Amino acid sequence: MDAGLTGEWAPEPPGLEAHVHVVKGTLDLDVSLSVGTDEVVALVGPNGAGKTTLLRALAGLEPLLAGRVVVAGQVLEDAAAGVRVAPEKRPIGVVFQDYLLFPHLSALENVAFGLRSRGRGRTAARQLAGGWIERMGLTARADARPDELSGGEAQRVALARALALEPRLLLLDEPLSALDRQARVEVRTQLRRQLAAFPGVRLLVSHDPVEAISLADRLVVLEEGRVVQSGTLTDISTRPRSRYVAELVGVNLFEGEGGGDHVVLDGGSRLVVAGAGHGRVFALVHPRAVSLHRRAPEGTPRNVWPATVEELDGAADGDGDRVRVRLAAAVPIVAEVTPSAASELALADGGEVWVSVKASAVSVYPV
Amino acid sequence: MTPAARPERPPGAAIVLAALAGVFFVAPLVGLLWRVRWADLGREMYSQDVRQALALSLFSSLAATATSAALGIPLAWVLARARFPGQRLLRALTTLPMVLPPVVGGVALLAAFGPTGVVGQWLERWFGLTLPFTIAGVVMAQTFVAMPFLVITAEAAFRRSDRRLEEAARTLGASRSVVFRRVTLPLVSPSLVAGAVLCWARAIGEFGATVTFAGNFPGRTQTIPLKVYLLLETRPQAAIALSLVLLAVSLSVLVGMRSRWWTPA
Repeated sequence: MDAGLTGEWAPEPPGLEAHVHVVKGTLDLDVSLSVGTDEVVALVGPNGAGKTTLLRALAGLEPLLAGRVVVAGQVLEDAAAGVRVAPEKRPIGVVFQDYLLFPHLSALENVAFGLRSRGRGRTAARQLAGGWIERMGLTARADARPDELSGGEAQRVALARALALEPRLLLLDEPLSALDRQARVEVRTQLRRQLAAFPGVRLLVSHDPVEAISLADRLVVLEEGRVVQSGTLTDISTRPRSRYVAELVGVNLFEGEGGGDHVVLDGGSRLVVAGAGHGRVFALVHPRAVSLHRRAPEGTPRNVWPATVEELDGAADGDGDRVRVRLAAAVPIVAEVTPSAASELALADGGEVWVSVKASAVSVYPV
Repeated sequence: MTPAARPERPPGAAIVLAALAGVFFVAPLVGLLWRVRWADLGREMYSQDVRQALALSLFSSLAATATSAALGIPLAWVLARARFPGQRLLRALTTLPMVLPPVVGGVALLAAFGPTGVVGQWLERWFGLTLPFTIAGVVMAQTFVAMPFLVITAEAAFRRSDRRLEEAARTLGASRSVVFRRVTLPLVSPSLVAGAVLCWARAIGEFGATVTFAGNFPGRTQTIPLKVYLLLETRPQAAIALSLVLLAVSLSVLVGMRSRWWTPA
């Protein structure tokens, strides 16, 4: 694309290397993060985990207590060395949650704002901005004020405004959360294309796992200011390392003490498994490996216990042909059954069932 | 409609007292307009001394507004955005002139900037500057009394404005001064204009502090309000004509601000 823009040939690590330590109110954020230019990374995590604070710190809007931020080989901040590049001098573009378009400027002027700030003349800035507006398919809306734009249009203006400065790092904070359901699907598709076309580092924040998974190649899970896990969707769904991640990817996760052929769960119950080793372990059970019965089953399954149906979630998500059944019991668990199985079992909220899990269906890995 | 917004049938006593209050406000206006001899208005206004007072008032009130804007807008920003010891005290002191009797303001200005005042003696010794009883003194007196109107309006606007927009501007390559000029100021400008108009209206009507600090010298420090007060003894028709000018100023401010004031919060 714009290979000749900087005119530099020196090889430099093109990605983002950051260690960010920020204390803000009750949040103690301490995160190391490395993102290459060949991947889109999504920060996910519950509210208050520090996702937005991390983006703000990278953008220079939140001073580091300790740590270092390097983008494309350029040290932007180094607390120990007293280096701190001002936000306006960082090669970083930010698409904020709610987009934060300037209400007193037109769509075109919003996009031209950064170009003007970086010293382009009025005409040149407008011309370049016009190009971005056109690329975003907004030529007809160039003179509209932000309050006249639809959510999807505002999102594109915000993206164009950030991209117009040709940043090396693009940060997006909850890029779709300001949109309604209809617009979200549309914008998500466009955004995925636009992210793929962007030549720099791409880092986005989301609290919505579907959004994160559909836009990013790699997820970094943040909880209470720490990275608890990082990897592709497959990585983290086969080996989730926290309750939040397990919920995110929709599997049952237990923690306990390995005892050779069984795991003593933290609640005191025993789970018979194929091989648990010893010491602290996670035990993962996919909801589809959980069988439900009207009467106590006999035979091979080694893990059998009675349970009460707490909540039925009718097949709206995912593959669409499954019913998720949340069960209250000594070992609370979520099962996924086919709708026909659900009706055969006459499942209803508050109903009594028997749960069974084959020992071979429990995967165990060390904490 | 909420219960609070539903019109209510007032009790009889309230009607009588409210009507009395209405008359109390309307009567002086009617009285003033009643006494105007419209045919002589032009001649009264055109007399040398009246024109002098008009020009002086116009100049000094605009200068006071400009001074208030130049000093008051930064002050309002600091009060709204910064945190420093003594901030609450500073805010209280800058709004004090709104409730302080203007005469006391004038006396205080004399005590500070008069020839023997704490600041004034040094101004005189080092720069040969004398402020009392000059046009500069008029502007100072008006600024002292009127600037708080601009400061409190601007401070509220700076508080309300969305700081996140300023942060967005920073990430778009704008330095703090560019952010202030191109984002903060345009967003608060309606409030700043409103504050400046209020400030100007207060300045042009200033009497007490001006007469105390700047005296009453025709052509030098004699502004319209001072002139009105003097003319009432000698040429009441001229006094009424000049009063009409000030009334027109007030009415235009009121009309101009209608969207801010005429709709109950």
